[in-house]
Amino acid sequence: MDSALIPKGVRRCSIGQFALFVGVVGVVLLWGVFAMLLCWIKGLNQTNMNDYYGFALWIWADLAVIALGGGAFFTGFLRYIIGKDELKNIINYAVLIGFICYSSALLILAIDIGQPLRGWFIFWHANVHSMLTEVAFCLSCYFGVLTIEYLPLILENRQLDKVPFFHNLSHNLHEVMAVFAATGAFLSFFHQGSLGGVAGVLFGRPFAYREGIFIWPWTFFLFTWSAAACGPCFTIMITRLTEKITRKTLVKQNVVELLAKISGWMLLTYTIAKIIDTWYWAAVSAPAGGFWLMDFYSNNPLYGPWILITEVLICGALPACILITKSGRKNPFTLMIAAVLAVIGVSLNRWVMVLQVMAVPVMSFDKWVMYSPSWQEVATTILPVAYGVILIAISHRYLPIFPQERELNPIEN
Amino acid sequence: MFPFIFEWMWDMSHVVFMGGLWYALTIIGLGMTYCILKAAVDTAQGKGSHHHE
Amino acid sequence: MKKEHSKAKKYGMVIDLDKCTGCGACMVACMAENNVPFKKDESNKLDSITWLRVFKLTNGKSFPDADTCYLPRPCMHCEGEHGHAPCVSVCPATATDYSHETGIVSQIYTRCFGCRYCMAACPYHARYFNWWDPVWPEGMEKLLNPNVSVRMRGVVEKCSFCFHRYQAAKEKAYYEGRQELEEDEYQTACTQACPAGAITFGDLNNPKHAVYELKKDKNAFRLLERLGTNPKVYYISTRKWVRQAGDNYLEGYETEGKVKKHR
Ligand code: SF4
Ligand code: SF4
Repeated sequence: MDSALIPKGVRRCSIGQFALFVGVVGVVLLWGVFAMLLCWIKGLNQTNMNDYYGFALWIWADLAVIALGGGAFFTGFLRYIIGKDELKNIINYAVLIGFICYSSALLILAIDIGQPLRGWFIFWHANVHSMLTEVAFCLSCYFGVLTIEYLPLILENRQLDKVPFFHNLSHNLHEVMAVFAATGAFLSFFHQGSLGGVAGVLFGRPFAYREGIFIWPWTFFLFTWSAAACGPCFTIMITRLTEKITRKTLVKQNVVELLAKISGWMLLTYTIAKIIDTWYWAAVSAPAGGFWLMDFYSNNPLYGPWILITEVLICGALPACILITKSGRKNPFTLMIAAVLAVIGVSLNRWVMVLQVMAVPVMSFDKWVMYSPSWQEVATTILPVAYGVILIAISHRYLPIFPQERELNPIEN
Repeated sequence: MFPFIFEWMWDMSHVVFMGGLWYALTIIGLGMTYCILKAAVDTAQGKGSHHHE
Repeated sequence: MKKEHSKAKKYGMVIDLDKCTGCGACMVACMAENNVPFKKDESNKLDSITWLRVFKLTNGKSFPDADTCYLPRPCMHCEGEHGHAPCVSVCPATATDYSHETGIVSQIYTRCFGCRYCMAACPYHARYFNWWDPVWPEGMEKLLNPNVSVRMRGVVEKCSFCFHRYQAAKEKAYYEGRQELEEDEYQTACTQACPAGAITFGDLNNPKHAVYELKKDKNAFRLLERLGTNPKVYYISTRKWVRQAGDNYLEGYETEGKVKKHR
């Protein structure tokens, strides 16, 4: 029925099957939209946030999707600036995933603020000393860049491409894509970093506070670095997942391996930096504020040393070691394990830098406060996932996302 | 964000921060303008129309 | 905009914890003075607004050594380093500001868009979010203080050191052709309400004000001094355990009352 829209020379499931899939995910999406409307209409009393937890699940989700969306800027950087040409076979998907992650982040922010209609104040009355201002600016600009990177892909749809103007536009966009990619990398460096800075500058919170250079705390660099390391892992993970669902190989193994290898080295160096940072913080910064390391990890039902070990060793050092060894990358199973661990690791790091920061008491007579999200918060956090799945499904069906698909899955006759 | 908003100050922080922002925005804007204009010119010259499937 | 003649002020408080009985009159006065909204059911303290909150401290010992102390906690109007209070430097929309003229950390309700970053930054939990729109019991809106704007849902609020009283006093002084305020012309509601006289308020820079000497008391301390927040609310207690509760002390790192690191 929609065969005229489907790229030439590839096989897609029937429209009925596709509609059913999108319909099922669409129900989840609607649930999220309902919760979102509740939050907008009735206000943030719909959440379980409180005056101890001004930042909670949403801000975590925001930081996490942005870190995971980091695959777009880093792959773009490798492809266009460093010149790793093979990556052209995965860059489209990295861009699409990035686009989904960033649009989700912006949506979540729009739900999270108490006065959404005043959201533009952050630009208009910008306080240039605030990390959040930097985040808002770079995030919005970079989202613009991602849209520009996604646009030629849409224009390459079989029917749209027939329009000469669109054909020319997408051709021209491809030609100057390096400029956009470079701008995107520049913007990403700053907003990924500033998101780390958001917690790192809180000198009233010894759990979060870090020294640094100039105006940037160490977390600034750690966040950029970890996003560059783990973002590509997320791209790999989603690519593999897509291949499982579509029952096709979409990207050649050598492309994935190249990305995995670079990712692995990034992750290894990041983990080393993170260990040094943690050590310095535990030995110098935190005691200067009056805290031993264990003060942050005891006397509460959830946050124990396990979280540090999981984040740094199990989800940092371990996947890094797998990814930098040839056999680890070659084996699809260990590769997948490593990618998943890295994704969990970076998400856990963002959780710690948001939620645990709020949980740790600072005044000696204050106490640990725990938090669990309301269903509205959960639904609005799942909303972007459903939206992402649908956008990927539609894009995959109608757009030539994977340049190697035709070659890898030849259609007989 | 703009020098004409009352709280704007011509200090280092504003110049560096907003300078970086406007620099990025200019590149994005110019890049897009170039692509669109060139596509219009190309189309007028008849490029892309022979592109049959 | 610095006025030519009036010297920069630094309004602050000194609270004598040995005098405080924990009666809560200051909290009530503050709520009434500043039109602070309240909920029908106030049992969940985690989302109710108390610009001034009285904490109960215990020394953790059992009878006969058990001891209790009540500690009123307004906003500390932190000066940080050169006015970079924890909350001020983080606000992306410049909705909270440090006044170098008065030392007061302001909150601009109409500009705050509710990102709550400032709440994350404040270690004293002095900032509160309006999770609901304020609802006043029938007829009570007639009793609201006309000098203080009520706040809408979705913005953050906190103690302002009754800034509207400062403005009113300034206006009056200006009308009478004076530049300077007398100590008793500008006092916060909590200071005046405290039946035990535990709270003293004034210009910490002005030798004629009582706080000037009080803050130098050998038993004076501030909360979490070591973090570099540089608060303008001082506490006094002759009890050592109370003074020690003011900050986090690690063995071998700090001795009481000495601040090694000042950011
Ligand atoms: S006590 Fe909290 S709200 Fe008040 S100035 Fe200090 S950091 Fe800001
Ligand atoms: S909640 Fe309001 S005052 Fe606080 S940082 Fe955000 S905009 Fe500024």
